[in-house]
Amino acid sequence: MVSGPDFLRFLLDAGFDFFTGVPCSLAKSLIATLEERGGYVPETREDAAVGLAAGAYLAGKQPTVIMQNSGLGVCVNALASLSLMYNFPCLLLITWRGYQGKDAPEHLVMGDISPTLLSTLKIPHQILNVDTVKESIDWASETLKQTSKPVALLLPPGVMK
Amino acid sequence: MKLAEALSLVIPLLRDEVVVHANGFISRESFNIQDRLGNFYMIGSMGLASSIALGVALNRPDRRVVVFDGDGNVLMNLGSLAMIAATRPKNLVHFVFDNEVYGSTGNQRTVSGQVPLEEIARASGYRRAQRVESETALRDAAQEFLAQSGPSFLLIKIEPDYEERKIARITHEPPEIASRFMQALGK
Repeated sequence: MVSGPDFLRFLLDAGFDFFTGVPCSLAKSLIATLEERGGYVPETREDAAVGLAAGAYLAGKQPTVIMQNSGLGVCVNALASLSLMYNFPCLLLITWRGYQGKDAPEHLVMGDISPTLLSTLKIPHQILNVDTVKESIDWASETLKQTSKPVALLLPPGVMK
Repeated sequence: MKLAEALSLVIPLLRDEVVVHANGFISRESFNIQDRLGNFYMIGSMGLASSIALGVALNRPDRRVVVFDGDGNVLMNLGSLAMIAATRPKNLVHFVFDNEVYGSTGNQRTVSGQVPLEEIARASGYRRAQRVESETALRDAAQEFLAQSGPSFLLIKIEPDYEERKIARITHEPPEIASRFMQALGK
């Protein structure tokens, strides 16, 4: 599995330099690493985090927004009528609760539709695999620079330590 | 005082500030009074103007960032007041034009008549929070707020527009609004 410090190094190497979000236990080692490093802005809601990332982009940053897939539902309108409409790129690092239908009941519906929801929003996305995390992060960085739109990486259980 | 009158008092006081506008009549009135390169007009994503402004302010401490917000927008994203208070950007000035209604959808009531928004900002920890109800008080307070360290929150009580008015929509395409704003911010 990939450690929080390694994950952050991949993000920094790919040019990401502003980090915000709402936590999930599946990304806790990355968030702990960010908090230790300083400069992580813990947001109150995922849509506000998308707004904060938009402002960071306007100020010259390449932002990452960390959220659980429950938060993807919260930020659909922010993605549709802000990020996608104005061409504000950001990396959405979305933890995948309800993966393969095995989780607490509140995660099952969103877990089932998370990739489909991203496809419906026409947000390019990849599913992180423990062996290709760096490649996926580099792909995300290149894709959002080319398209100037959000890109998503889905983080299933068992990838981040 | 109506929204257009309040904006007409504040806008001439602006120098090189960038201004993030809430969606609806706030964007449209300001655009029609004086379109500025440094104006970001948020067309959709109601509630997020202050979040966008905070993202700019935290990353450009060398530039003053103003928000033209509305009561409906603030109520939709009250967490943003906590975020601004907690991160304490000195360069953020939050103007809220409070007409106690959702203006662009037909003046349905908000709850800002019962809930003093400036008290929420003050309790959250804004450096300064104040309410103004007259043109004279607005002119004085706006001048002070634009000159002093923030984060500051000025609640401007205004009357709703009950007569039908034709206010032109923003004519710039959204990506153009963004690139103009980035040009105004510079490197």
